[in-house]
Amino acid sequence: MSAPQAIVVGCSAGGLTALEVLFAGLDPALPQAIAVCCHTGSSTVDLLCELLAEHASLPVTEAREREPLQGGVIHVAPSGYHLLVEADHRFSLSVDARVSFARPSIDVLFDTAAEAYRDALIGIVLTGANRDGAEGLSQIRRHGGLAIVQDPAEAESTAMPRAALDLAGADHCLPLAAIAPLINRLCLP
Amino acid sequence: MNELHDAVPARDVALEDIEIDLFVRALKLRYGYDFSQYAPASLKRRVLQLAHTQDAATVSALTARLLHEPDLLQGVLAGLSVPVSEMFRDPEVFRTLRERVFPVLASYPQINIWQAGCAHGQEVYSLAILLEEAGLYERTQIYATDFNEKALSHAQEGIYPSKEARLWSRNYLAAGGSHSLADYYSARYEYIKLDQRLRRNVIFANHNLVTDDVFCEAHLVLCRNVLIYFSDPLQDRTLALFRDSLVRGGFLCLGTRESLDFAPSAVDFTPLDAALRIYRLGARASGRD
Repeated sequence: MSAPQAIVVGCSAGGLTALEVLFAGLDPALPQAIAVCCHTGSSTVDLLCELLAEHASLPVTEAREREPLQGGVIHVAPSGYHLLVEADHRFSLSVDARVSFARPSIDVLFDTAAEAYRDALIGIVLTGANRDGAEGLSQIRRHGGLAIVQDPAEAESTAMPRAALDLAGADHCLPLAAIAPLINRLCLP
Repeated sequence: MNELHDAVPARDVALEDIEIDLFVRALKLRYGYDFSQYAPASLKRRVLQLAHTQDAATVSALTARLLHEPDLLQGVLAGLSVPVSEMFRDPEVFRTLRERVFPVLASYPQINIWQAGCAHGQEVYSLAILLEEAGLYERTQIYATDFNEKALSHAQEGIYPSKEARLWSRNYLAAGGSHSLADYYSARYEYIKLDQRLRRNVIFANHNLVTDDVFCEAHLVLCRNVLIYFSDPLQDRTLALFRDSLVRGGFLCLGTRESLDFAPSAVDFTPLDAALRIYRLGARASGRD
């Protein structure tokens, strides 16, 4: 892969703690844009953004349609919409049917980000209770990007990382605590 | 690097994009439907999905069939608009329409509302119910438009899966509905059918925001989660179309996550409630925020 320009992260409900650990460990000087798709049952992600901001070393904000992905910022997919990345590295939204039973769907974010960033993308699949993200991670690998999966053995819910490993495989399968240090190593100049 | 899995075969995105481009051009040249100004990422997903559901091995194969089989057109259009909505989606929007917009509408002897991109009609019926409960429906004309004939006929039927009814009932109450949503539909087997009297002041019409022009003078335009599929220039052109369709001081209601930051025409609208994306036509009309 070439020098990473963006990082996409997926987890399902229950992934809050995992996201907190991951984002607390990131270097505040990280220049890459980060986009997160987390399945939540609630109608907004205001609270999720707030909770993540308490732990994260980088600013956290809800992703807005048409806005460019910003380096050094964590963008959270809004509730009830698919979050997509356009070729010009701006976000767009859709209310198309659920994908992998989810909207926002990790597959949709990963798939479109993979097309936009090709081999300059890192995809991370964390704990989760369904198969969403597996297809998207496979697309990231097909574009030459890097795939990281949380070790199912220690994930709160094993289904999502397990499905990702089965379908897409991974360049790194790691315990949660080891993911942020790896990102820092890969992403800092 | 610790390779846990052989790399999956690479994708030829350049080729895929040529195929999508040719598909879009075929649709325009053959049938006059222009999707070239749609946001590319979701359009591509929809076209690929369409090729999949039509059992076409490639997008090019779908394009060939589209060119030679006119009967395929409506199905293709339906596949490209995939309208997904619910009744009273974002209940606080409907509550605000009821509490802050309807009182202004009430001052007009005849009220015209344009629901642009009505898809399967969930919001048309939501609106009709709220207007009925506000005592305004008798003097209201709703124009519900879409470019997709299948969606329009679905909207006219007003038949939806009954599994939706529970969420919609909750939405209705949260929107400030004064009865029970069940008063407005009949349930049969797996479906609910909306009371067809709600349609008495609705005109369903084919209108394409991409190519068609002003066709009414409206006091309120609802167009929620339609412009999110448009490129910046098409979004801007459509906002100008709404501006030209609205009376002075008329209202525009968009989806709650839509951004007007890249649309020069947005300057013509003043937020009535910025968070809910409800606007009024005219500089500093009488809005707050």
